[in-house]
Amino acid sequence: MPENTPLLSVRDLSKTYQAASGPVEAIGSITFDVRPGELVCIVGPSGCGKTTLLKCLAGLLAPTSGSVTLDGAEVREPPKKMALVFQEYGRSLYPWLTVRDNVALPLKARGVPKAERQALVERAVEEVGLGHAMTTYPWQLSGGMQQRVAIARAVAYQPEILVMDEPFAAVDAQTRADLEDLVRRVWKDLGVTVLFVTHDIDESVYLGERVLVLSSSPTFVQEDLTVDLPAERDQLTTRALPRFTELRTHVYEQIQRAKRGEAVAATP
Amino acid sequence: MQLTDTVAGPGPGGVAPGDPAGTGPRAGGRRGARRPGGSAVLGGLGVVGFALTWEVVAWAQVVDPAYLPRFTTTAARLVTELGEPRFWSALGDTVVTWGVGLAIAVVAALVAGAVIGLVPFLRRATRSTVEFLRPIPSVAIIPLAVLVAGLSREAALVIVVYAPFWQVFIQVLYGIGDVDTVADDTARSFGLGRLQRLRHVVLPTALPYVITGFRLAASIALVLTITAELVIGNPGIGRQIDVYRSAPDAPGLYALVLVTGGLGLLVNLVTRLVERRVLHWHPSVRREAAA
Repeated sequence: MPENTPLLSVRDLSKTYQAASGPVEAIGSITFDVRPGELVCIVGPSGCGKTTLLKCLAGLLAPTSGSVTLDGAEVREPPKKMALVFQEYGRSLYPWLTVRDNVALPLKARGVPKAERQALVERAVEEVGLGHAMTTYPWQLSGGMQQRVAIARAVAYQPEILVMDEPFAAVDAQTRADLEDLVRRVWKDLGVTVLFVTHDIDESVYLGERVLVLSSSPTFVQEDLTVDLPAERDQLTTRALPRFTELRTHVYEQIQRAKRGEAVAATP
Repeated sequence: MQLTDTVAGPGPGGVAPGDPAGTGPRAGGRRGARRPGGSAVLGGLGVVGFALTWEVVAWAQVVDPAYLPRFTTTAARLVTELGEPRFWSALGDTVVTWGVGLAIAVVAALVAGAVIGLVPFLRRATRSTVEFLRPIPSVAIIPLAVLVAGLSREAALVIVVYAPFWQVFIQVLYGIGDVDTVADDTARSFGLGRLQRLRHVVLPTALPYVITGFRLAASIALVLTITAELVIGNPGIGRQIDVYRSAPDAPGLYALVLVTGGLGLLVNLVTRLVERRVLHWHPSVRREAAA
């Protein structure tokens, strides 16, 4: 990887909600770094506070304590260098806007001049393979295609880091495989840093260069695993590699331990 | 902008029965595919059936002919009425009172609804007052209006504005409360500021509600315009109806009642047309294209 200074740095992040029954500690203490150009997957048992973590990273939610630093600046509001892809594409895309206008809206809001905006939108939509669907509305597209639009919107925003919150949880298995390869391709083509949150163990190993395994709530980073699979991934051959099986078994066991609450914090 | 908790707002619980509230624009979609040709024929058959029944009932003298003239007599009377200048001036007065009252109600409701809907504190502070004021029938404030403004068009306007205002106001509140948290988070994550989110997220979300509110308000305003003219006696179709009642001129009275029905139908048709244009993307209007 190009540099050693982290692009995204999370330090002792914790989040406690005030519920009617008293304080609920959703995130215990999370610390990790993402270096520029990395593709990092975050995986954890369900209900481990993945979405809470992500909202804190994105500046949508203030952490109770600890800090998130992006490119040297502390995140207090949604940073310009970060783009998000949400799981619920149907709610994240605006039904009153065409594909083109959905992708263009963030750029328009940022005041990008029209000619440049159009070029960015076209390139991003082409990148996700939807060049033919510019003037359609999201609701005229299948779920997988809608999520492609959301990815195009994030790509067109020209972020340094692309943060994806279980983006393929709601699409069918075949579409999912295509979209996974799309993420790998976008990551390589654009040299963007990607942080990919998922609950799918296979997906995390297949996609990631690194996998962060989270514990169950109150959450900490249970393991920081380097995925030493070849850079060229393929749905058939990569998933058939013995090393792939080893890694996924390892992550699976970690998740099981997390569920049982046996895990201890990874030593950094 | 914490829009999520406003969803709990007055909520469906606070909605009067029969008030389509938030579900208004959506419920339309479940009525199934509309075949324009088929429904026009059915609609026409309905009108013919109604006219025939009326004619037969009047011809059989089930009711004293002094109170129920035949349909054909009424229709003929309507044609003569259409040739009278006083009919057109009465119609003009009614339309102006209706239009001005509706405009005041809608603009006031949009402004008040937006301000109160976007500020959770104001929303909580006004909730019980709104729920108290809203069910008061416009007709109940006629004496008050007359006391303040005399037997005038101004008094009529107070009544014409009152009920439609609440209709639109409540819809604006629901519309603003319906802003999806993910949609709003998306906009925030892409750096859209408050005003930009108001323009690009809140407004389009609230639009179907506002248009439903407008459609309901337009019909109610028409009813109240005629009512005011009947009771207060300001010029218009309503007063003319009362004149024909005391004449007595039953065919004239019925002819004008038909006119008011036609007006209501026209208002509804026009707002539906606007709705289909503006909300072409909305589930109630759009036809799902196969992906």
